[in-house]
Amino acid sequence: MDFEPTEERRLLAETLARFLAAEYSIEHRNSVAYSEPFHDPVKWRALADLGVLHALAAPADGGMGGAGFDIATVFETLGAALCPEPFLGALLSVRLLAAAGCDLAPLLSGQIRYAAAVGETDAPYDPAEIGCEAHRGRNGWVLHGRKSVVYGGASAERLVIAARADGGALALWEVAASDARISGYGMIDGGNAAEVFLDGTPAAMILPEAGAALQDALDHGALALCAEAVGAMDTAQAMLLDYLQTRRQFGRPIGSFQALQHRMVDLTIEIEQARSITILAAGNMGTDRQTRTVSMAKNLVGRMAKLVAEELIQMHGGIAMTWEYPASHFAKRLVMIDHQLGDTDFHLHRVMAEHMRPGNGPSSG
Amino acid sequence: MDLTYSPEERAFQVEVRTFLAEQLPADLSEKVRTGAELTKSDHDRWHAALNAKGWLATTWPRGFGGPGWTPVQRHIFEEECCRAFAPRIVPFGLHMLGPVLIEFGTPDQQQAYLPRILSGADWWCQGYSEPGAGSDLASLKTRAVRDGDSYVVNGQKTWTTLGQYANRIFCLVRTSAEGKPQQGISFLLVDLDTPGIEMRPIRLIEGGCEVNEVFFTDVRVPVTNLVGAENQGWTIAKFLLTHERTNIAGLGFSIQAFEQLRSFARRRRANGKRLVDDPLFAARLSEIEIDLEAMKITNLRMLAEARKTGAPGPESSMLKIKGTQIRQVLNDLARRALGPAAVPFPSEVLGGNAALVPPDQAMNAARYFNNRKLSIFGGSNEIQRNILAKAKLGL
Ligand SMILES: Cc1cc2nc3c(=O)[nH]c(=O)nc-3n(C[C@H](O)[C@H](O)[C@H](O)COP(=O)(O)OP(=O)(O)OC[C@H]3O[C@@H](n4cnc5c(N)ncnc54)[C@H](O)[C@@H]3O)c2cc1C
Repeated sequence: MDFEPTEERRLLAETLARFLAAEYSIEHRNSVAYSEPFHDPVKWRALADLGVLHALAAPADGGMGGAGFDIATVFETLGAALCPEPFLGALLSVRLLAAAGCDLAPLLSGQIRYAAAVGETDAPYDPAEIGCEAHRGRNGWVLHGRKSVVYGGASAERLVIAARADGGALALWEVAASDARISGYGMIDGGNAAEVFLDGTPAAMILPEAGAALQDALDHGALALCAEAVGAMDTAQAMLLDYLQTRRQFGRPIGSFQALQHRMVDLTIEIEQARSITILAAGNMGTDRQTRTVSMAKNLVGRMAKLVAEELIQMHGGIAMTWEYPASHFAKRLVMIDHQLGDTDFHLHRVMAEHMRPGNGPSSG
Repeated sequence: MDLTYSPEERAFQVEVRTFLAEQLPADLSEKVRTGAELTKSDHDRWHAALNAKGWLATTWPRGFGGPGWTPVQRHIFEEECCRAFAPRIVPFGLHMLGPVLIEFGTPDQQQAYLPRILSGADWWCQGYSEPGAGSDLASLKTRAVRDGDSYVVNGQKTWTTLGQYANRIFCLVRTSAEGKPQQGISFLLVDLDTPGIEMRPIRLIEGGCEVNEVFFTDVRVPVTNLVGAENQGWTIAKFLLTHERTNIAGLGFSIQAFEQLRSFARRRRANGKRLVDDPLFAARLSEIEIDLEAMKITNLRMLAEARKTGAPGPESSMLKIKGTQIRQVLNDLARRALGPAAVPFPSEVLGGNAALVPPDQAMNAARYFNNRKLSIFGGSNEIQRNILAKAKLGL
């Protein structure tokens, strides 16, 4: 057992944290996160130059990382600084393009922005329910249907799309964003997403049997979100602790009230639990326990991120309800992470499924 | 024990429903249903319709223009208004200052202000909190110094809800630095057009601007605007807070939110089934339904108790805590119910064919975040627990 990060990952986290501290003050973060294009294209390129995108892909695919702990390191650092850049869409695209054997160089260098269009209005989380279809047209494949809440979709130049080939097997397609009808919008916690309307949109098939690749990409995305939440929870906790020590009412710091002290201690314990389950999930990536441990992590983190967000606001009092005070933006991100790639209930169902399988023996793991 | 409404109460319920069906403008109820922001003229229109019927000042005695309802009638009225998606009654004049003037005001003050609250000529806002005085309200620093026939007011109020629509503010001000902080506070009525007052909006977490900061620089207020005696304002402040709390419990809103959630969960399809058919979601929905059913009875029991003793007591703190917890859980479930479709920023919500959810669901996340305020204002839920521990349990 060794819980120390490798030297490379420690350096990556430090470099990235330093960059984010210098380049994404909360004022700058909010100004880019909440107005078009809902991120900072110049700084996105700078982040790519730092190697942040390369850290998401395995060496065999042209990257310099790609393991669970690489992804967790990057996203935890992004989360601690509340970075609004569309890394989630990039990570999903990296996994899908790599599975399809595509060239990742334009994505990893930051030259071309990709987003992955998987979820649909009736199939928000479960790829098995995907209804978008591809059919052979006169000049090759064309796509029909609607993809919903595509993260980073408003600022992407290319899309990786999951759809059924001739209504059958799930396959992956690559599409130029300019060939689809895209309605982008800002998100309540910053950053952008888009509705993607496919109406005879020309598409290149990149992977004919994509069920396993999709699950793998979604697992990695969920792991990234857990790590992002852990980073954001750490910052939130530090912010709240500082406020409890400095805000005075009734002639003393509010942190001297036991009613708040105990809750602050509970939060601290729960954040450690969230960190632990995320470490467990990161360590199980690539094993046959990957999907189930990721679901465990996403469930626990979803519950705790909401708790931390609500207590962050409540224990601050009115000030954390304001736009001007950074805690409000951390609270929004922490709550809304549960709406991405499967919420607490969705992932709890997947954890439950193993217990509820008919004929489960007493010692089944 | 009899849990059913009497024939008179049932008849009253029908009367309220008929009134709402006939008099509640459709555009207003649509705005409330979809969580759109109500303008001042929206509120004014609804207040005028209620006032014409004599149903506006539901907490006032008959002699002052109230309808003279029993607590059960008020409960029925509030519940029916919420079911019909009527705009809430803006509480500052009607539920806060009105009862204060009736209890503590001079006949001159009552005649000068109460009719103007009813007619909508005055819109009041509440100037209690300050940056340094939130839970510890008695530590407030805004000073009023006597100078001839006036007080000269200097200081800052904050969190002033809907101050942007108001022409008047009732303030707690410090008129003495002697003795305990509570003993030097006075209750003052201030015309917001007086020179020296500046109001600035505060943007909230979800992006809206319903609260303000108010700055007072050498603002001259006639001494006749003092309510009660000088340095006796704390008693008034507490009286008002008790009324405010009961109002925040917002049982009607919870009933409304539950109905909306249940009907949406029956229509919503996700991951191959209806949302209500997801056992985890159904369990959450059922648990809050149970809490809500209990809350309705708790509320009625406490109203009956208050009628016996004359005024809401520490029980109002119980209603505030439980009522806001239930509202916040309902807001939480409504946000969860949308899944990824909850994410658009309120002003970025897509309409028409591109809409992600029906219009009455589109503000669910914004409402969830905005309503975190419910457990903070009107005395935070921690402060309510302190009150109950002391006043009710004697701890
Ligand atoms: C949206 C909104 C609208 C509002 N509208 C109005 C308005 O119209 N007019 C007006 O006058 N005010 C208004 N308020 C102000 C509101 O009443 C205060 O926010 C509230 O009293 C809490 O004060 P505070 O925000 O300064 O928090 P603080 O008092 O600083 O409290 C911070 C935290 O410490 C806790 N705490 C404090 N003391 C204790 C204790 N002794 N024991 C345990 N815990 C404690 C609190 O519960 C809270 O969790 C509004 C507030 C909000 C957020």
